[in-house]
Amino acid sequence: MASPEHLAKASLYEARKGVYPKKVDGFFRRFKWGIMAVTLAIYYGTPWIRWDRGPYAPDQAVLVDLAHRRFYMFQIEIWPHEFYYVAGLLIMAGIGLFLLTSAVGRAWCGYACPQTVWTDLFQHVDRLIDGDRNAQIRLANAPWSVNKAARRGAKYLVYLVIAFWTGGAWIMYFADAPTLTHDFWTGQAAPIAYGTVAVLTATTFILGGFMREQVCIYMCPWPRIQTAMMDEKSLLVTYKDWRGEPRGSLKQAQAHPGAFGDCIDCNQCVAVCPTGVDIRQGPQIGCITCALCIDACDGVMAQIGRPRGLIDYCTLEDAAAEQAGGTSKPVRKALMHPRTIIYFSIWSAIGLAMLFSLGQRTRLDLAVQHERSPLYVQLSDGGIRNTYTLKLRNMEARPRRVSVSVSGLAGAALWSEDGAREDARQSLDVALPADSVTRVKLFVAAPGGGPARQDFTIATRGLDGDPRGDSETIQFDRPET
Amino acid sequence: MADHKRIDEATGTSTVGHEWDGIEELNTPLPRWWLWTFYATIVWAAVYVVLFPAWPMIDGATEGLLGWSSRGQLERELAVDAKRRAPIVQAIGAAELADLPARPELMQAAVQGGGAAFRVHCVQCHGAGGAGVKKLYPSLTDDDWLWGGDLPTIQDTITHGIRNPDHKQTRMSQMPAFGRDGILEPAQIADAVSYVRTISRQEKPGASSARGAAIFETNCAVCHGASGEGGRQVGAPKLTDAIWLYGGDRASLTATITQPRNGVMPRWGERLDPVTIKMLAAYVYSLGGGEKLAPPAGGTAAPDGRQADGKP
Repeated sequence: MASPEHLAKASLYEARKGVYPKKVDGFFRRFKWGIMAVTLAIYYGTPWIRWDRGPYAPDQAVLVDLAHRRFYMFQIEIWPHEFYYVAGLLIMAGIGLFLLTSAVGRAWCGYACPQTVWTDLFQHVDRLIDGDRNAQIRLANAPWSVNKAARRGAKYLVYLVIAFWTGGAWIMYFADAPTLTHDFWTGQAAPIAYGTVAVLTATTFILGGFMREQVCIYMCPWPRIQTAMMDEKSLLVTYKDWRGEPRGSLKQAQAHPGAFGDCIDCNQCVAVCPTGVDIRQGPQIGCITCALCIDACDGVMAQIGRPRGLIDYCTLEDAAAEQAGGTSKPVRKALMHPRTIIYFSIWSAIGLAMLFSLGQRTRLDLAVQHERSPLYVQLSDGGIRNTYTLKLRNMEARPRRVSVSVSGLAGAALWSEDGAREDARQSLDVALPADSVTRVKLFVAAPGGGPARQDFTIATRGLDGDPRGDSETIQFDRPET
Repeated sequence: MADHKRIDEATGTSTVGHEWDGIEELNTPLPRWWLWTFYATIVWAAVYVVLFPAWPMIDGATEGLLGWSSRGQLERELAVDAKRRAPIVQAIGAAELADLPARPELMQAAVQGGGAAFRVHCVQCHGAGGAGVKKLYPSLTDDDWLWGGDLPTIQDTITHGIRNPDHKQTRMSQMPAFGRDGILEPAQIADAVSYVRTISRQEKPGASSARGAAIFETNCAVCHGASGEGGRQVGAPKLTDAIWLYGGDRASLTATITQPRNGVMPRWGERLDPVTIKMLAAYVYSLGGGEKLAPPAGGTAAPDGRQADGKP
């Protein structure tokens, strides 16, 4: 039986152990530098790209205009009712992650996830201000002094500047960036803009500056889902224990040739790890496969004259093969297996389907609503009139002229509320302002003799070059006889 | 039992002294955050009672120091909205009613405002969307008007009402009760019905309708016109078209001639402000049956009766 003292002391809370990753150089570190530069440039720079769409639409290349319910992405303009394109993009992003995971493991986590990129950035700030790993540890353990306070203050200030810049860049996607920047600094921007910047500054400051690897290990659901995407053909950062074990220091290895493996237990792989794990314990949830331990180990192997790759990207299959004395498959072959091919096919099929549908869509949309009170009107000449509300969406950035006509209703004549029955004709010309929805009340009269309910078609046709339009079949009502 | 209080070893908390078959109840204090939230709500309630209406009294409630009331808030919101609408309402008031259709932004606002007023004051009889009620109230959406369907005429009808005996400017007319008052014999009424159904092309001419023609000429033509084309000065409906307010079948026509309804509409000039009536006129006009303004007397009306504004 557990003693009462033991019960009282048992705790489910585990305090964070500080992570002070050591500076490292190598192929993967440089690759990470490159990815960081590209992703940050995309994030901070995209809203500032200009894109001329003429006088009737904004000239920002990527703009999520929530106020006017438009989404602009270079050549593509999406209206709220076309949200399935955005949904399609999100699905592609999801399947893209599946594809990436089944091919190269947790590469998203290791290289491109914002949490990783910003943590990496903040860890560089740490090194810049506090020095490398050992200096950081010393400073963390040192009692408070003027020096420590000054360094901490400077570091948090830099954190805050980065965090603010990050939050500030986010809102630029939702309004014209130069105008918003001006309004922001002159106090004229919307309260929601300041609120958003404040919240994102706070989250960046906290998640990037302090929580770091805890987000990956405790908060993020993706590592848990990821395991379902991976199999024995997925690339993992692997410590090749069959080559490294048993570990022994350089001196021991020299004293007893043949008794020890390649691992000299120098701990460099642990020292450089941004999440503080020991890769030599095998694959684990804390490993985001950033591959910095590969760089560190390769450096050490070069110094002691051993071949590189004691820690390396390796599939479980290859690990088994190498352990049995065989060789790994070439990387190209490792990437091509049924799972990746299936994911890639689905991913590209959705992409192609969306591109095709984007090319086919008409930018002139018609929605018809049948007036219900009254459903029909008896006219004095014995004819019947029905009333419809047309919603004409001109989704192009230019004013347009369209013709509205009906078919499938014998003897039909139509006019709008601006006209009168005397002006009734077979078709009606409507001017549509650029990038807008126009409502037209349409009166349709037809001879009285006929079925009580009859379907007919209302169609639009462009009169200014592009004749493509839209049509809708709707009911014409007459009194029951 | 209550004197068995002791300190529980495992938790360090005292028990309340209750014990059932070895199971004891710990006197664990409330969490501090909960307790302080509770105190805060008590303070909040006290402040609220002082500031806002709270205690119900015999006639009303305590008023509270802020003087807030839901009715007062509604009044303020209505005032704000009236202020927002003021410019357009003023513009509609200043504009000539007949000019409204030529000024789309004013017309649109007038139709919207009129629609709102219609839903409050008019739907009870004329129905949603002005559809009318068969055998009771005329449809306002069709192209047949008893008194006229151009904007000023509609405005006039709404302002002064129909058959308001206590109002001088009201639209007044009375169809005699030919049957009830014995002006016509039932057989004569039947002949008149035959004639009316003939000119509205519901029946083929026959002996009855031939007799009816003579009756019509003597008794009906003075208001309904020699050929039954109706007379808007007296609100006499056209009898040759397909629209029948009180029904066009034999039974309905016989009932109408025997004892006419002489429908009444209240006048709104004394209840609604002139701008609202203007907007109501615009709304009714927009329902589909609005007629363009007849050209002034002596004007250049086209031979077919259409307006001489150059439009076909």
